[in-house]
Amino acid sequence: MKDYSLVELKNIANLIRQDIIRMTAHAGSGHPGGSLGMADIFTALYFKILKHNHELPHWTERDRVILSNGHICPVLYATLAERGYFSLHLLKKFRQINSPLQGHPHQHSLAGIENSSGPLGQGLSIACGLALGAKLNKQNYQVFALTSDGEHNEGQTWEAIMLANKYKLNNLINIVDVNGIQIDGYTKNIMPLGDLKAKYQSFGWQVLTCDGHNMKDIINTLTKAKTSNKPVAILAKTILGKGVSFMENNFDWHGKAPNQQEAEKALIELKKYV
Amino acid sequence: MFNKENKSTRDAYGEAIFALAKTNKNIVVVSADLAESTRVQKFAKKYPERFFEVGVAEQNMLGVAAGLSLSGKTVFASSFAVFSPGRNWDQLRVSICYSESNVKIVSTHAGLSVGEDGASHQALEDIAITRVLPNLLVISPLDYEETKKAVIAIAKIKNPVYLRLHRQTSPQITDSKTPFQIGKANILQAGKNLTLVGCGPILHEAIKAAENLKKQNISVEIINCHTIKPLDKNTILKSLQKTKKLITLEEHQIAGGLGSAILEQVVSSYSVPVKLIGVQDTFGESGKPSELWHKYKIDSQYIEQEILKIIKNPR
Repeated sequence: MKDYSLVELKNIANLIRQDIIRMTAHAGSGHPGGSLGMADIFTALYFKILKHNHELPHWTERDRVILSNGHICPVLYATLAERGYFSLHLLKKFRQINSPLQGHPHQHSLAGIENSSGPLGQGLSIACGLALGAKLNKQNYQVFALTSDGEHNEGQTWEAIMLANKYKLNNLINIVDVNGIQIDGYTKNIMPLGDLKAKYQSFGWQVLTCDGHNMKDIINTLTKAKTSNKPVAILAKTILGKGVSFMENNFDWHGKAPNQQEAEKALIELKKYV
Repeated sequence: MFNKENKSTRDAYGEAIFALAKTNKNIVVVSADLAESTRVQKFAKKYPERFFEVGVAEQNMLGVAAGLSLSGKTVFASSFAVFSPGRNWDQLRVSICYSESNVKIVSTHAGLSVGEDGASHQALEDIAITRVLPNLLVISPLDYEETKKAVIAIAKIKNPVYLRLHRQTSPQITDSKTPFQIGKANILQAGKNLTLVGCGPILHEAIKAAENLKKQNISVEIINCHTIKPLDKNTILKSLQKTKKLITLEEHQIAGGLGSAILEQVVSSYSVPVKLIGVQDTFGESGKPSELWHKYKIDSQYIEQEILKIIKNPR
């Protein structure tokens, strides 16, 4: 696998952000905010960290990515397309009839999508099951769960957090998208999460933090997480709508697509970074 | 016919999964703090590496089950029917059914016959909420032997399955040689005046009623429709073409159960006088199973009375 430089990775993340804007604008719906916020982390995973091969998407030893908050699938689809799992042209089919790119991911619609998701709180449990299965099968793949801070409102997330500790799932890494925003507003108002780091630690996890927009920091943190003897939570501080000034930190853009004019404005901004 | 001792369907599950595990190394069991009650503790002791105890957390149980199935396992997830699929329906819908996970949801303690525990623990809605889910097979075995065969059969297929079992012991109606095929209803006894289609151990009440009615020269065809989904429309239709009258029976709400599946899929195109017997839009209560079956009108006495009504006055 090609060894991408930090500059190259940043440029790829930018392309993914442009894809996200185009996809959601073309569909007229979808969730651009969280998708833009996770573009750097998805780039780091699929272009640097993961053991995978887009030409052999069902390779049994591949690392698994379980996206729990499925509404940010524009970033998953765009990353998979940029990585070569399927044609970039397919992104235009996002949320269209007869398309494998469903509004929320469907496990069997396209190679590269590991799980179905949509209702929040289910992904970490699935990731735990995959991590248990790896140990039982004596396989060395790692499981990367991607969850949001908002979905820590769901009790099931905490059921899974307990289980990961019980079974010492050191092959499980949960990347928490800490953008402080959920659909109705700021997490601190909707349902305060308190000290997430202390909570995870008291549940027996190792906790790492990173700046979710600093590529070097993301890569270093993910690399460190892979060698832990415990399940690892990476609390990644991100900005909803990152890269598009009028979307940043504005919860209106959690689940609203840009119109044509807004999309053009966003693309002009993003293209400046390259 | 019933000189053998009564046995429970949950015991059959425990024995079948234990026996299967020996040859099928791919089988794993997930439990939500009910290993003893659901009879998987023998499996857990013998195969601890293939047994996962998730605690009182039915939602997590199905997520973990889905993940294990992604790693190639055949997963049996065991709890009580009120909790699973009751507590974790969304997980069942998306993590299991939409994802076509190889997970068997095996739930014991279904129906009024849980008895003294009362309404909160009497699952009377589980068939309704499972049979509406695409990709999910729904099976409610008649007795001990049939449950064993069902467990073996569902372990061989990749589909998600809901297997509905019971706590209390019940008469052994079938034996080890009785055929069992998923999706193929069995005619328990042939008859010509009326067709009675039911599922689960409650069918024994229908057999008792039919036995009594023989004295009045009424012959009832009893069909054991153990697979609610996919429904064996042909067997039911063939019987109805002969008898022209139908009664359905289940230890479940009338709304959404086996009877309503038959109305949707058979009677909608072949109209006959029909009576659905089941719980009539009410919760249960504490009591002995036989007392509850009587009070909630699913016992042999009520069945007999309804058969007579429909035969004497079909319209």
